Amino acid sequence: MTPLQGYLLLSALLFAIGLAGAVTRRNAILALVGIELMLNAANLNFIAFWRFGPNPEALTGVMFVIFSIALAAAEAAVGLALIIAIYRHYKTVNLDEVKNLKG
Amino acid sequence: MSPVFIILALVTLLSASAAMSLRNLVHCSLSLVVTFAGLAALYLQLHAQFVGFAQVLVYIGAVAILIVFAILLTRSGDTPNQVVLAPGWIAGIIISAVVFAALGWAVLNSNAIAKQTPAAPDVTVKNIGDALMSKYVLPLEVMGLLLTAAMIGAVIIAMRDEHKEVK
Repeated sequence: MTPLQGYLLLSALLFAIGLAGAVTRRNAILALVGIELMLNAANLNFIAFWRFGPNPEALTGVMFVIFSIALAAAEAAVGLALIIAIYRHYKTVNLDEVKNLKG
Repeated sequence: MSPVFIILALVTLLSASAAMSLRNLVHCSLSLVVTFAGLAALYLQLHAQFVGFAQVLVYIGAVAILIVFAILLTRSGDTPNQVVLAPGWIAGIIISAVVFAALGWAVLNSNAIAKQTPAAPDVTVKNIGDALMSKYVLPLEVMGLLLTAAMIGAVIIAMRDEHKEVK
């Protein structure tokens, strides 16, 4: 197994763990954490392809990951603000109990 | 496959599964910090120093703290008594296993993946700064606008609605 394949398999496993957590946990915060893990797995893919691919001087992979990290920070801030607003309204963060559109 | 990579991969994977499977949410966020640190170390292994330090600053410094704040503000810090998994959790596990099998099959059977390891690229922070200020200056500005909008939006969403209580 080449190093690139090792990194790609690691990131695929990380993505699967994040997906499993995002769809199986009842707590809204942990669903968001699962999404963060999936984003991180994609970032690891970008960096691995940049390192082992041709033409690393072009910096494309690094740039994409820097912008993706900034985007993930914005997403986490807005998502957690939404969860706090939901908690204030429903007094719970359990995703099964948040099912009314007009509360 | 260097031993450093294997150790870092094991740390990252074990802490990621712990973050997704522990019952207490505070323990989950602490293992999430370990996952982010392992990923930052992997970026350093891949000669992407700037991304590694950005990962430490943004994820460990900001996102993990935000998650801890959200856990404490929603009072879900103590271990729940009822079941923590959603009703259809077996289907979710199966779906993610199928996703991993498909991705792993594609990775192991692809011809596009280079077999030899190229020399380490010599990229300094100066190169990245030059590129950000010349070729990628428009995305950088858009990202600044997006971060401002996200900050204002997050404050407004999480702000207490005073008018409703007056009525």
